[in-house]
Amino acid sequence: MASPHANLTRRYEDELRLFRSRAAKVALAGMVALWLLVPQVVDDDFWLSILNYAGIAAIGAIGLNLLTGYTGQVSLGHAFFLGCGAYAAAQVGAELDLPFPVWLVAAGALGAALGAAIGPFALRLRGNYLAIVTLGLVFLGEHLFRNMREVTGGNSGTSVAAPTHVGVFDVQDAEVLGTSWSPNQAWFWVIWALVALVALLARNIVRTRPGRAMQAVRDRDVAAEVVGVQLGRYKVAAFALSSALAAMAGALYGAYQQFVSPDQWSLFVSIQYIAIIIVGGVGTIFGSVLGALFLGGLPALIERYSESIPLVKSTATDSGIISVFSFNQAVFGVLIVLFLVFEPRGLAAMWLRVKAYFKGWPFSY
Amino acid sequence: MSDFLQIAFGGLALGARYALVALGFVIIYKATGVINFAQGALVALGAYLTYALTDSAALPFAVAVVGAALATALVGASTERLVLRRMVGQPAFAVIMITIGLLFILEQLITAIWGFGALNLADPWGVDTVDVGEVALAVRDLWTLGIAAAVLAAFFAFFRYSDWGVAMRATAFDPEAALAQGISARSVFALSWAISGALAALAGVTLASGAAGLSPGIGAIALLAFPAMIVGGLDSPAGAVIGGLIIGVTQALVAGYQDDVAPWLGGGFASVAPYVVMILILMVRPYGLFGTPEVRRV
Repeated sequence: MASPHANLTRRYEDELRLFRSRAAKVALAGMVALWLLVPQVVDDDFWLSILNYAGIAAIGAIGLNLLTGYTGQVSLGHAFFLGCGAYAAAQVGAELDLPFPVWLVAAGALGAALGAAIGPFALRLRGNYLAIVTLGLVFLGEHLFRNMREVTGGNSGTSVAAPTHVGVFDVQDAEVLGTSWSPNQAWFWVIWALVALVALLARNIVRTRPGRAMQAVRDRDVAAEVVGVQLGRYKVAAFALSSALAAMAGALYGAYQQFVSPDQWSLFVSIQYIAIIIVGGVGTIFGSVLGALFLGGLPALIERYSESIPLVKSTATDSGIISVFSFNQAVFGVLIVLFLVFEPRGLAAMWLRVKAYFKGWPFSY
Repeated sequence: MSDFLQIAFGGLALGARYALVALGFVIIYKATGVINFAQGALVALGAYLTYALTDSAALPFAVAVVGAALATALVGASTERLVLRRMVGQPAFAVIMITIGLLFILEQLITAIWGFGALNLADPWGVDTVDVGEVALAVRDLWTLGIAAAVLAAFFAFFRYSDWGVAMRATAFDPEAALAQGISARSVFALSWAISGALAALAGVTLASGAAGLSPGIGAIALLAFPAMIVGGLDSPAGAVIGGLIIGVTQALVAGYQDDVAPWLGGGFASVAPYVVMILILMVRPYGLFGTPEVRRV
């Protein structure tokens, strides 16, 4: 008997599968190949660093999307958890000299613990209130980061000399198969492997029971409670998970940049992450990565090409009406507004439309 | 004692400014259910427009303030018309984020036009003070309290007695019933944005007057009106005023006494103290002091 066409789903299990078709597996193999090849083809440090920052942002954005996109809770506090993660990397990694996996997990654990501690207070308030409480969290966090000098180095910041080797593979001085690789190339493999792990984890969460509960909370919390979802438990769990991923992204950011200061955890960072998930696609894991690829490296790109953008002044004495920093913020503001008005489901929705068209090709339905 | 009175007076005046901003938040929230993060940018815009009108157009200060308030009201209403109206019926987080996006756009427009430097608002109050007993009251603070009191009284009378005020209250209470009575929800939405724009402009002028000076940071100061609004309760105009005063006095007292009492809280704790107050009050009363508890029936 001929097997049914790939578009036909006959069982619920089919819809929940990680790989729904052979094409998905081929695409995965393609992505693995891309992951292996990119650092060898792109050996320019600048472009590799853009991709690395994008990967770090993708990890944080997946966390925010689990909370905002899947559970429907708006948090402006992402910057605070990123900061906590970076300082955790500085303390556990650099001060205690513990290996890479240990400080990364420690940062995640710190984020989860803080999220679980703050969550119950913030999440008993619905929707609107949470955004404002987490806004307060960003400002309080910045105050803490500036004043806890033993841990954070105060205003002048602290170096994050966390160990970067996994077994014999040292990111700073990588040698694989007899060839040595630059730190940026090695970081690319490490960061994007972590992105894949986190995306797989998130994907598995959202396609199983907890994920369905989270989406029920998002769509209608009262209805979710009626069908037996424990609201408080899932909201706090989603907040803790999102904070943990943010902290891990922060730890990677600190270790990659080797230096962090309190200015880097301002409200604008939270806004950047919100822009990433809106542009990428709210409520899709794949969209978070897509958004991070587009926006994660954008500040660095604007910085580099500021001279060629009209009206932007790249130096203090340059003619132009808007500084690079302001231009950055304006770009993110404009992207948020435009996408919410014209394409609320983001780039992911565009991609899905294209895919749906070709899936049914040559029929339009 | 005179020290304390001096600080408390400064705090009340600061609180009056927060109250103006917070009242703007509450009006928009009641009428449209939107938390408007862009309010901070409207505050800054009002102050900068006043500066532009006195400086470039050489208008008298009072005229400039009224002109700036009207212009900011117009900006508020057109923001509602052009952007927010498209978002009716969208999920709450999308609406919040769009106002955040607007905040960042407006703030950058302001710095693009007027730059980052501190400007001097040509207000007639300067740094003059009036001595009452041992307490020196700043003229600018007295004017702030006077303006805030007059404006608040005018708005409460407007909501209580005028047809438009009744229409706004009806829409806030039950939008569908109000529509059925022939009240235009569109006009009410636009009007509420215009009113909070005007309030924001007045708050901006009083924030930037005198020694404070006018700089883009003024928008960030306006974010402190969020705690004021939350403390009072999201949907209570009277709560916004009381919340504003509580936050203002708290902030002034912390700034005045923290160095002696609790230096371990770190320098500049006054600027984050409002958020601490907000979180504490929310833990005790999740809907603020005067807010309506949300009733959920299953």
